[in-house]
Amino acid sequence: MIGWVTDPLQYPFIQRALIEIAIVGALCGLLGCFVVLRGLAFIGDALAHAVFPGVVLSYLAGRSILIGAFVFGGLTALGIGVLSRSRRVSEDTAIGVIFAAFFALGVVLLSRQTGFRRDLGSLLFGSILGVSTQDVVVSALIAAVVVVVLFALMKEFTLVAFDVTLARSLGYPVFLLDLVLLLLVSATIVVSLQTVGNILILALIVTPPATARLLTDRLGRMLAISATTGVASGVAGLYISYHAGTAAGGTIVLTATACFLVALVLAPNHGLLSARLQRRRGRHHVHHYHPAGEDTGPA
Amino acid sequence: MSQQALANGPLRLDHVAVGYDSTFVLSDVSFEVQPGDVVGVIGPNGGGKSTLLKAIARVLPLRAGHVTLAGRGIEEYAGRIAFVPQREEVNWDFPVTALDVVLMGRYRGAGWLRRPSRADRERAAEALERLGLGGMGGRHISQFSGGQQQRIFLARALVQDPLVVLLDEPFTGIDAANRAVFHEAIAAFARQQVIVLMATHDLEEMAATCSYVCCVNQRLVAFGPTRDTYTPEVIRETFAGRLAVFS
Repeated sequence: MIGWVTDPLQYPFIQRALIEIAIVGALCGLLGCFVVLRGLAFIGDALAHAVFPGVVLSYLAGRSILIGAFVFGGLTALGIGVLSRSRRVSEDTAIGVIFAAFFALGVVLLSRQTGFRRDLGSLLFGSILGVSTQDVVVSALIAAVVVVVLFALMKEFTLVAFDVTLARSLGYPVFLLDLVLLLLVSATIVVSLQTVGNILILALIVTPPATARLLTDRLGRMLAISATTGVASGVAGLYISYHAGTAAGGTIVLTATACFLVALVLAPNHGLLSARLQRRRGRHHVHHYHPAGEDTGPA
Repeated sequence: MSQQALANGPLRLDHVAVGYDSTFVLSDVSFEVQPGDVVGVIGPNGGGKSTLLKAIARVLPLRAGHVTLAGRGIEEYAGRIAFVPQREEVNWDFPVTALDVVLMGRYRGAGWLRRPSRADRERAAEALERLGLGGMGGRHISQFSGGQQQRIFLARALVQDPLVVLLDEPFTGIDAANRAVFHEAIAAFARQQVIVLMATHDLEEMAATCSYVCCVNQRLVAFGPTRDTYTPEVIRETFAGRLAVFS
């Protein structure tokens, strides 16, 4: 059993991978809470796809994929910000059209290369076992910046996510705050690209917060549980993939999903089991649910 | 309650228009409200009741005109204009406690990068207590009844030390006891020279509560003391027209 944990640690690439996934797990877990609460999950997915051509371009140029991903991520965050201000196009339609196109552009660019399939695979699904020491350092630095900004603006992000009406009436620059949050999401996606790749990133951003929300009604605890779940499922997933010989990215995401399912069944207040028990006792846990009313249209 | 002294003056709307892109929800609205007045905003669904309140709260941008308080632009009073939203517009699943919600009313006072102070927390707890929710501040917002949820938002308005309070359909779906709490709070605001505007579809409630009535249906149909203005003719005119068909 101890060998199960310690054996892989003799390889430096596994050590680097573990540190990397721990950074990414914590970062996605923290930022993901605000993504989920502000209702930005779909936009997050779009962002992840939109950075793909940037990744491909820097890869083709032989540079760190972080550079291209950062440029495209920043541009996309700005683009979404501007689009969301216009009421002419339905926001999710526009996102669907434009960012699928970005993704296709990345695929087409890459397809001009020989060894296309292998490269595509590692870019789409990550190559966490291939991260260098430099990658880990860069990830840690970016993650630190994102977390500092997140906590500095936590009060404001919470206010905008919960009650955009009050935020506006207090005179907060809601558009700017949303833009900053989108930029943080971009940075997080860029950092996470190498771990699980383009396609699966959304799971790391959404699943741990969703798990945490099932387990607590408090934002502070939700952040803590989400970050912990992110790190734990990342590390555990990596070990399982090592021993089972499965793809790291996919295994990590499935481990996070397993955590979510366990919480879904066993959670003390929101879980399926407790709901069943409470019904049997004839005690109803009153839980009003209203989808986030973030818009303030005419009524 | 420690209502800060403040040069209080009339709330003035000057040819105000609100809307999206090329459509106006409300246009050419002008009236003046004196401190201590309680104004009922009535009109058909889609007639612009909530829109009017949100324009005053700066939640929706003005397309034309000005809103001033005591002769100064309303934006100078950020934080002192309290808006109590309709219950349906709140995400009750959000992980916040009642106390967290009330504290948000102090955010502008707390400033950027700062956490609310101990004094802010005490104010918030005090406001909850005053509205009969003492000791319940630590509960999640979904664990309250509809009337209690309304009171949480009323407590938030209280801690803003408001000069203007905007209530959007406060009486929808709440029982007599909670109605009484709202009536009492509105009367207290009026005594403190706070201006209250209340959008409601309950005409009887409006007539009983409000000293002034403001009738809107895409434009200002009538404005004046409830006694003189709340007449069958005005009501018919307010609720007539195309939009009434959909209500």
